[in-house]
Amino acid sequence: MEKRVTFKGWLLPLCLIAPQVIVSAIFFFYPAAQAVWQSLFIPDPFGLSMQWVGLGNFEYLLSDPYYRASFLTTGIFSILVTLVSMIPALFLAVVADRLIKGAGAYRTMLIWPYAVAPAIAGVLWLFMFNTRVGVVSWYLGNLGYDWNHVLNGNEAMGLVVVSSSWGRISYNFLFFFAALQSVPKSVIEAAAIDGARFWKRFWTIVLPLLSPTTFFLLVVNIVYAFFETFGVIHTITAGGPQQSTTILVYKVFSDGFVGQDLGSSAAQSVILLVVVGALTIFQFKFVERRVHY
Amino acid sequence: MTHSAAKRRKEPAPGMVEKRGLGLWFTHAIMIFGVLIVFFPIWLAFVASTITQPEIVSPPMPLWPGDQFFTNYKKALFSGVNVPVATMLFNSLVMAIGIAFGKIVISLLSAFAIVYFKFPGKMIFFWLIFLTLMLPVEVRIVPTYQVVAGFGMLNSYGGLILPLIASATATFLFRQFFMTVPDELAEAARVDGARPMRFFWDILFPMSRTNIAALFVILFIYGWNQYLWPLLITTDPEMNTIVMGIKQMFPSGDDVADWPVIMATSILAMIPPVIVVVSMQKLFIRGLVDSEK
Repeated sequence: MEKRVTFKGWLLPLCLIAPQVIVSAIFFFYPAAQAVWQSLFIPDPFGLSMQWVGLGNFEYLLSDPYYRASFLTTGIFSILVTLVSMIPALFLAVVADRLIKGAGAYRTMLIWPYAVAPAIAGVLWLFMFNTRVGVVSWYLGNLGYDWNHVLNGNEAMGLVVVSSSWGRISYNFLFFFAALQSVPKSVIEAAAIDGARFWKRFWTIVLPLLSPTTFFLLVVNIVYAFFETFGVIHTITAGGPQQSTTILVYKVFSDGFVGQDLGSSAAQSVILLVVVGALTIFQFKFVERRVHY
Repeated sequence: MTHSAAKRRKEPAPGMVEKRGLGLWFTHAIMIFGVLIVFFPIWLAFVASTITQPEIVSPPMPLWPGDQFFTNYKKALFSGVNVPVATMLFNSLVMAIGIAFGKIVISLLSAFAIVYFKFPGKMIFFWLIFLTLMLPVEVRIVPTYQVVAGFGMLNSYGGLILPLIASATATFLFRQFFMTVPDELAEAARVDGARPMRFFWDILFPMSRTNIAALFVILFIYGWNQYLWPLLITTDPEMNTIVMGIKQMFPSGDDVADWPVIMATSILAMIPPVIVVVSMQKLFIRGLVDSEK
């Protein structure tokens, strides 16, 4: 992963990289360091002084059943969101790629939800499934199914997964479709002449050529499910019922800003920092070797 | 001659790779079905924004638009619930453009430095930047909030924008793209005695136009769709962005939400990003075609 041809000099590249490093230092690494520091203290109720507790916040967190449950919730949630958003997108992209005419029109329509904010998506889906005025919940009620995501944790999870995945289908579709369009037609035709059927071509040619896109999408979708779905959860369930949709990021927010438990919130940030840092390195090292560039 | 060759390449022998006849209709049917499902929540929101409150609160609501379009949108835009939606739209616009522009500039420069130079500490800088990809602002909200408050940037555009450009999505993408640029170009530039920045402006930057356009779409949407961060730092309703402002329009307690105005606001919140996506899509496609020639 190195360029053979590089330019000489070290002052220029340092200047080029400086803006990003400075902004990251002030708004990323300094706050991250602060999070580490604050996680070692418990502030008194008036915020006047801090008491050193060492790893006390972490010990407390890791023995807290609510925090452990939140870990599991986040895992289930992010796996479901990644699958529910990537599989239909790949399917639609493969189907659209087989059209000579009209694929562009479908794409124009399919990318709309991509432009819709997670929080707005939350409002739209909440409106459809609202227990009092929702159209879908009303029809479900007529069919004999009593939809109530306000009380039922599984239904709440299903609703936030679908709402979070909805806009991502467009996003993933856009990337898969662009990647499919850039697969050289001559390669596909050569395989077709050699008698390879559609699925054979798909598994042996198209999918390997899509692997950089898939890798990129895998990373960004997991990141999305972890961090950017806050709006969906805040608008639809606010973490409930009984914390069944409280993902880790939501818990950092609700403990830190609503509960004002700064020490615990900071400790949770640090745990997230470690988990995700490890995930990044693992994924980058592990996946990059296997993908075709 | 080249023209006909290009044409032949784009239109392969019929029936070999693309679908024809019955299969073609089936393919279209799948796409239409997909589009309808994906579109339904938006359609429902639009319908809700054109009817009256009593029509919504006695389910099922109609599935065809009513005649209250101007009433509802006028009420949303110029009075809203807490603050006129027009104000929130403006705030969102400033934030989204600021983030997209800022990120593209710092990422282009840092990706150029990382890919085309060897300098001390390069891999450390690369990993430091890459780490920020995985840890968006949501993880370190409390300390970042304190940093921004310390700079006196609460309720300001700087406070809305700067912490969010400290992320590596764009750097990651530009790095991937620069890695695919043939080494011969840099070699030729170096042999011709071109300075690095000359190579950047004359060759790399024009080649990146398509990626920049694609990235602008992504980042504009990213900025527009921010929820948690504006929720924390804009305590003054005059600085609210539209995406976070919608949740504030829901009444607390048992009051019934003003659904027509909320849904009109949801539609208004979608329009600018949809315009960006659809208009930039043309640029995106033209870029793809250009690079294929």
